[in-house]
Amino acid sequence: MSDSDHLLEARDVKKAFGATPALRGATLAVARGEILAIMGPSGSGKSTLLHCMAGIVEPDSGEVWFDGRRLDTLDEAGRSRLRRTSFGFVFQFGQLVPELTAEDNVALPLLLNRASRKKAYTVARSWFPRLGIENLERQRTGEMSGGQGQRVAIARALAIEPQVLFADEPTGALDSLASEHVMELLVTISRKQGTTVVIVTHDARIAAYADREVMVRDGRANIARSRAEAAL
Amino acid sequence: MASTILLMYSHGVSIAYAVLGIIGQRPSYGYDLKKDYDLYYGKQKPLAFGQVYATLSRLLRDKKIATQGAIEPSKGPERRLYAITELGRNDLETWLTTPEEQRPDTQTVLFTKVVTAILLEKEPDVYLDAQRGAHIQRMRELTTLRRESDSLSERLTADYALFHLEADLRWMDVTLGRLKPLAKEIRRER
Repeated sequence: MSDSDHLLEARDVKKAFGATPALRGATLAVARGEILAIMGPSGSGKSTLLHCMAGIVEPDSGEVWFDGRRLDTLDEAGRSRLRRTSFGFVFQFGQLVPELTAEDNVALPLLLNRASRKKAYTVARSWFPRLGIENLERQRTGEMSGGQGQRVAIARALAIEPQVLFADEPTGALDSLASEHVMELLVTISRKQGTTVVIVTHDARIAAYADREVMVRDGRANIARSRAEAAL
Repeated sequence: MASTILLMYSHGVSIAYAVLGIIGQRPSYGYDLKKDYDLYYGKQKPLAFGQVYATLSRLLRDKKIATQGAIEPSKGPERRLYAITELGRNDLETWLTTPEEQRPDTQTVLFTKVVTAILLEKEPDVYLDAQRGAHIQRMRELTTLRRESDSLSERLTADYALFHLEADLRWMDVTLGRLKPLAKEIRRER
């Protein structure tokens, strides 16, 4: 049984792509409501770890627990349902449909979760003022700046009120000021909602928004530091 | 002005620990010590003999090193063999494992620690990880400060410190990735 204080846990997770090992036994626990940064150099396995924990990628061995249940033993349909209902995702880019308007993009996951059209669009529109992008509802996301697009992506990820928000290099394509705005919103709203956040980043300034950081090196993630642990 | 004084002070402290690290490997004569220091730490800024002996006399006074065997006064200049004491070894260990606070010359001190750890066949990655953690903790505090501050000048001051800490971290990451070739290079020069 998974520890009840931990909403999400990876235990000795291993994953290889062909002959290339990406994770060589990663162990990591995320507390409810925690904002955790996963750091590490390129190719260290940090994104693979996030994908395994989010049920996007199936580990070769090891266990992934979510809310007291094994996630890695679910079939694809079960994992897909979990991703749709309990998890939100923000990636560096690519998660928005550029031909659709911003509100269509935010309403999409709600519609996939069988919300009525009216409810989906009412909820979607309610997110725009919270992210400081009111008046952009009808604009196509393909015509937006990087910072605006990432705010729409955050709205889309949080609109279903997920238990966990997974963010992989969420500000990787943004300049310093836009990154700051995006992280500010992401952290403030997540804390208010009590959403657990897992952020993969190579950027220490982004990791500094988190409660704790974990270093992934050579496919292992056993070096964890909390605010208290780091106060040496 | 204040930062210049701090720089001179901590540079002196760094030299003392580098010297202690060299003696920590094996007892050494003053002349050999200078040669080793210049080889490992001071290629661009060799140590003057005056600095070597001033550092040694401070370390002797503080009982971190002791002279070993007979002094050879007969021919040429006086030759003394210096060895590290238990007090010196403990002090060196504490210095190595205690993360540095961010200062203008942090990188000089960090580099000295990495080389000293390699010379003493300790694990520089453990020390660098501890330092990394301390740096990110400081960045967290500054990030919280700038998020909660209403003053733009205060936020910009925090930004300045954050960018400098980030530069240190990048250097640590690059160094962590190159510890093996660095250790090989240092062993080759030994």
